[in-house]
Amino acid sequence: MGSQGGFYQSKEFLDLVKSIGEARSKAEEDRIVLGEIETLKRRISDPDIPKFKMKEYIIRLVYVEMLGHDASFGYIHAVKMTHDDSLLVKRTGYLAVTLFLNEDHDLIILIVNTIQKDLKSDNYLVVCAALNAVCRLINEETIPAVLPQVVELLAHPKEAVRKKAIMALHRFYQKSPSSVSHLVSNFRKRLCDNDPGVMGATLCPLFELITIDVSSYKDLVISFVSILKQVAERRLPKAYDYHQMPAPFIQIKLLKILALLGSGDKQASENMYTVVGDIFRKCDSSSNIGNAVLYECICCVSSIYPNPKLLESAADAISRFLKSDSHNLKYMGIDALGRLIKISPEIAEQHQLAVIDCLEDPDDTLKRKTFELLYKMTKSTNVEVIVDRMIDYMISINDNHYKTEIASRCVELAEQFAPSNQWFILTMNKVFEHAGDLVNIKVAHNLMRLIAEGFGEDDDTADSQLRSSAVDSYLHILGEPKLPSVFLQVICWVLGEYGTADGKYSASLVTGKLCDVAEAYSNDETVKAYAVTALMKIYAFEIAAGRKVDMLPECQSLMEEFLASHSTDLQQRAYELQAVIGLDAHAVESIMPSDASCEDIEVDKALSFLNGYIQDSIEKGAQPYIPESERSGMLNISKFRNQDHHEASSHGLRFEAYELPKQTVQSKIPPASLASTELVPVPEPVYVRESYPTTTVSSASSDAGSTELKLRLDGVQKKWGRQTHSPATSTSSSTSQKTVNGATQVDGSNTSNSRTRETYDSRKQQVEITPEKQKLAASLFGGSSKTEKKPATGHKISKSSSHMVEKSHVPKSSMEVASEKKVPFQQPPDLLDFGEPTVQSNAPSVDPFKELEDLLEPTTQVASAENHGSTAAATKSPDIMGLYKETPAGIHNKDDSDILSGLSNPPVTNMLGGTTKTQVAQSSKGRRPNLKDSLQKDTLVRQMGVTPSSLNPILFKDLLG
Amino acid sequence: MIKAVMVMNTQGKTRLAKFYEYLSVEKQQELIRGVFAVLCSRAENVSNFIDAESIFGPDSCLVYKHFATLYFVFVFDSSENELAVLDLIQVFVETLDRCFKNVCELDIVFNYSKVHTILDEMIFGGQVVETSSSEIMKAVEEISKLEAASNAITLIPKSASGWRSR
Repeated sequence: MGSQGGFYQSKEFLDLVKSIGEARSKAEEDRIVLGEIETLKRRISDPDIPKFKMKEYIIRLVYVEMLGHDASFGYIHAVKMTHDDSLLVKRTGYLAVTLFLNEDHDLIILIVNTIQKDLKSDNYLVVCAALNAVCRLINEETIPAVLPQVVELLAHPKEAVRKKAIMALHRFYQKSPSSVSHLVSNFRKRLCDNDPGVMGATLCPLFELITIDVSSYKDLVISFVSILKQVAERRLPKAYDYHQMPAPFIQIKLLKILALLGSGDKQASENMYTVVGDIFRKCDSSSNIGNAVLYECICCVSSIYPNPKLLESAADAISRFLKSDSHNLKYMGIDALGRLIKISPEIAEQHQLAVIDCLEDPDDTLKRKTFELLYKMTKSTNVEVIVDRMIDYMISINDNHYKTEIASRCVELAEQFAPSNQWFILTMNKVFEHAGDLVNIKVAHNLMRLIAEGFGEDDDTADSQLRSSAVDSYLHILGEPKLPSVFLQVICWVLGEYGTADGKYSASLVTGKLCDVAEAYSNDETVKAYAVTALMKIYAFEIAAGRKVDMLPECQSLMEEFLASHSTDLQQRAYELQAVIGLDAHAVESIMPSDASCEDIEVDKALSFLNGYIQDSIEKGAQPYIPESERSGMLNISKFRNQDHHEASSHGLRFEAYELPKQTVQSKIPPASLASTELVPVPEPVYVRESYPTTTVSSASSDAGSTELKLRLDGVQKKWGRQTHSPATSTSSSTSQKTVNGATQVDGSNTSNSRTRETYDSRKQQVEITPEKQKLAASLFGGSSKTEKKPATGHKISKSSSHMVEKSHVPKSSMEVASEKKVPFQQPPDLLDFGEPTVQSNAPSVDPFKELEDLLEPTTQVASAENHGSTAAATKSPDIMGLYKETPAGIHNKDDSDILSGLSNPPVTNMLGGTTKTQVAQSSKGRRPNLKDSLQKDTLVRQMGVTPSSLNPILFKDLLG
Repeated sequence: MIKAVMVMNTQGKTRLAKFYEYLSVEKQQELIRGVFAVLCSRAENVSNFIDAESIFGPDSCLVYKHFATLYFVFVFDSSENELAVLDLIQVFVETLDRCFKNVCELDIVFNYSKVHTILDEMIFGGQVVETSSSEIMKAVEEISKLEAASNAITLIPKSASGWRSR
């Protein structure tokens, strides 16, 4: 062991690494690396460097590229190395090319041939190296070149090769599903592989296939369940145990697959209940990996058709996660809670305090996960608290990506659950103010529309209240420096529409503010444009109301500036404003009616009001208008008429290549047929080119054909445009109405919630946890499912009831377990460890026939459990037999071979058996020998001529120490 | 699927970087820098998980583990389980430890290709193919043996050969 554990590389490489390690700045490091690149460039192009030297140079190149420098000059040498006969050199070459190249690189073409050859090699390591390259370097076009070999390798005697061949096939599937679609059945076949490693690896592609198409894999449910059962019962070789858990990684993959297969399928789910329940009981919750399996069980339970007993176990597991001190487990607990509350919302109440703790945790990851949970459980009763918290958090972070996300969530929740208009406006203000330009512009438009339309009902007073509260808050906010552009646009628009509507503020005040905005944000054209239009509206409303308008001096100077602006848009708006001011009240009222932003503007597309004018003009001798479609037709007709002219024009620049001269016979094909073939674009130009030197008639008609083709496209486009337009508007209005309904409904329940809180406060002394937290908890969770009836002690009751549940659950489960193993459920893990080995020792002694029976047992149980649909079970059972004919034999074989290997190679098996134990022992012994080891390593490095400086010794620090 | 494996030391020097989807060298460096910046800002005794969507795009989680002077970082999508990946890191480091006997940072630096070999036995084309430390060891030892057999040349100075024979 560890015979290769030494340093392979030369002193030069050691020096390089050392000097890079000691570089004090990035610039210094770059200088060193650039020097190294120069050296390598020089040496690598030397034609007679020995192979082993070359190998080292390539590794150094890989290292250089890992540090972020360009090593492309050496790629070709890496490719060359893959052709080498020596295994070591070849493998290095493959390693380098997989790291250097991508599937579209020019050099790939030079490797494909080598890969083909190597896939057929007798040496399985060569095959493995080639398969590794296949995964990385083969693209859609080159798949056919290696596919037959890869498929052949699926039956290779070495399990390592089978495993990798499956992965390669999976990779092909990812890159181009169509190229390997006929080979998908191979994955099913490999599921029954004798080697558990191959079986485990096959689960990866199967998981992906099942994610894409669940229905075609339903037949595998029983096989997966029985594999999982075997794994959980420790039928796999000891080598797959990890921290006393039987093959936990395989269990996790299987549970993930079962979760997909059982989702929304009662019958499939029923097959899984027993085994998932077993795993719940057996899982050792003291180790990390045990918890990983538990978490996966929870995910599975929350995804399959619900089963009350399993949900209970899941809830128990979650509460253990949440009570744990480990942040990792809390994180998983919160995540699991988020999954489970979809099915049983009431469990959130038991954990309210834990959730709040997580919300206040300094760990950012945990906090975000908790916000995700809160987002999922937001209701009209707790929206205020949750959104406030979210906004507070949003203000405190700098990560723009997450800020955007959380801002959009706030907006979404506010729109969905807002308890009052006032609150809604204030919340939106906060979001805009702090998330600023990260907010999608659509959100701003939505907000404007919402303010304009009100909450949809015919209650005008509520709408005008909403508007005046918006105006109030905006005028207030404008005093603050540096507001984001999107928010300013909203403010300007609202002030323009409603600034003076309720008569609370004078026009001069509002216009003054608007001028200030336009001046303060003078480099933001959009904001300026919004401000000018708002000014125009206010003046228009003033004129319409019959009041005298005097423009503020600053406004006048602003207008003068805009009239000469470089931006034509601003200029136009300023001119419009000027024009509007010059009009009388009546005219202004019809062009700028007050509060009419939601009125539909009727557009007469036919322009019928011009009919009279047209009539007059035609009578006076004007040409009538010809629509474009007819016009192009006319053009063709005119071409028909004066051929000479057409010929002249068609001899302009031609972009098509000239056809080879052919017989003119073809040109005699009547034009009518040409027109009919217009939908086949390819042959058409040929005809055109051939024919028109001789007969222009045909070319003209084909031209007509092509224009017709174009015309059709136009029609299609128009149709598309109109269609997409109208549904979009209609859906958006309907959603806004929905939110309206939600919000008005909310009001009633919200008052009840505040009442709960009051009563809660009156009795808070009785509980020892800080009142603030409880208050928060109550506002988050309290009254969520039940209302006023369980007020103050709401969470106390729920807590005690949860204890009851736990208590009642424990004896039940322990009884069950006792019948099997005499290991109580919630006992310390040591006992569990004791319990397991007895089962273990039994397993190998069972004779193969019995094992076979065992295997079939679950299926018969399942069959009997299904009272209904017994025919279905009957038809299924032979299937299972067929599938599992191989497996028991395989397991039997494996046991044998294990024993054999144990005989022939005792130290290896020793190592296998005692891996985890030795690990534990090492770590518990307080690693004495390490010091000696590292000293040894240190002296060796010194021997090699490198003197570690002060910085270096840490490099010898044991990672597991 | 695993998207990337990175090993970097506490000073931000990359010791190993493997991306299972092709990325340009510049992009790789950008991601590594991004990851290191986040890792630095993490306090002790917090969770080992980081929301990596801002660095690696949607549907990506990051799990890291701190060993002595090194950070081991795995980036993956929702088809893996966070806690399990944490143990996968453990398997990886334990395997390194068995391979190099009390592994230290320097071992990883100098046995660059060997570390890659170990990783390739564990993760193949972005999928976890082997999780048993002893199976990985077996495979790696066999590779070393055959490589040595096919290549009788001594690649290292004599003074260090004592190291090899350990």
